[in-house]
Amino acid sequence: MAAHAEHLEHEHPPEPYYSSRIAPSVLGMFLFIASEIMLFGAFFTAYFFVRVVNGTPWPTPPFHLPIFVAFVNTCILVTSSFTMHWALQSVKRNNPFGLRAGLLLTFLMGLTFLITQGREYSRVGFAPKDGAFATIFYCLTGLHGAHVFVGLSILLFMTIRAFRGHFDAEHHHGVEIGGIYWHFVDVMWIVVYLTVYIL
Amino acid sequence: MRPLRNPLRSEAESFRFLLAVIVAALVIVGAAYLNTWLGVAAALLAVAGLVWWLMQEPVPGAAEPPRKVDPSTPAGQHKVLVVALPGTASVTVPERATEVVVVVPALASKLEAATGAVDDRRTDAEQTALALTRRLSRPGVGVRGEVGADDPVLAAEDTMRLFGADEILVAAGDDVVEQIRGRVTVPVSRV
Repeated sequence: MAAHAEHLEHEHPPEPYYSSRIAPSVLGMFLFIASEIMLFGAFFTAYFFVRVVNGTPWPTPPFHLPIFVAFVNTCILVTSSFTMHWALQSVKRNNPFGLRAGLLLTFLMGLTFLITQGREYSRVGFAPKDGAFATIFYCLTGLHGAHVFVGLSILLFMTIRAFRGHFDAEHHHGVEIGGIYWHFVDVMWIVVYLTVYIL
Repeated sequence: MRPLRNPLRSEAESFRFLLAVIVAALVIVGAAYLNTWLGVAAALLAVAGLVWWLMQEPVPGAAEPPRKVDPSTPAGQHKVLVVALPGTASVTVPERATEVVVVVPALASKLEAATGAVDDRRTDAEQTALALTRRLSRPGVGVRGEVGADDPVLAAEDTMRLFGADEILVAAGDDVVEQIRGRVTVPVSRV
């Protein structure tokens, strides 16, 4: 008691504060995604400034955007969200095969997306230095590609853990959080694809 | 303002949100195929539609009355939770108390809470908690002080979940006492 009173008197940094309004883990993920949206928002602001305010032709002639390749890539990424969902549904039903197969397929499709994007960069015919259009194109798709890379790293660890039997119907928080991130990356790609390639 | 459901609360909800985004994307692609500006208009409508949908979705637990905290205390113990506002000079606890926790909410203005400038308020609360802890200290009784949430009711509820208590003494207004009574099953009295 006295020791506790002494402890209160000590000089120390403020105690971490949280309450039952929201669980710290949920709040952390929520703040993380909010910061991600702001990060992407900054890049989209640059995009709209270049394209709408500045009136830069999109794509700037003589360049062309590989819309079809990007569409196929979009289909691959969207499908990977379905396999991710399948993985989580499987672990909830205590089906380790579904979990492992789902995560492995998700990882492979994510990797295919990233490799295809790399190939697209090498063949697209312009570099980031070739004007505002090219810079914004690489910034937006590159920023998203970086997120896919992070998502793949998370998926890799999730897959390894799944093959080692770390998850079951009661304990699969790692798959849940990774799944939220992967779907978020997928949603962001749809927005990037629509704004950069379609509109 | 109506609460907005977090679409990324769980993997299942994130997946559902993704499906909604895919549907919206197909509408935008179809409109953009006809005319770019039609696509932009469709995108704006889609964003508005998604926000509207999220606002219509019921927020889990929002409509239900909050569940009362029901503590379990071993026989022979009598835990007392004291909820005191910053600046409270003294309180008295029953003689039969075996363990006492004093929680002082770090009351902050909306501006302070929004900007995170709550350090001074937490220091005030800590000083009150320290003073009351010293005042309540007596042999055989475990007394400790804590700084709680920025709302006295929430501070009481938080502490109840971690500490439990057989009774709650509140050094605050009647409205606070009534609100705490609505959240717990143990006796609550004003001191």
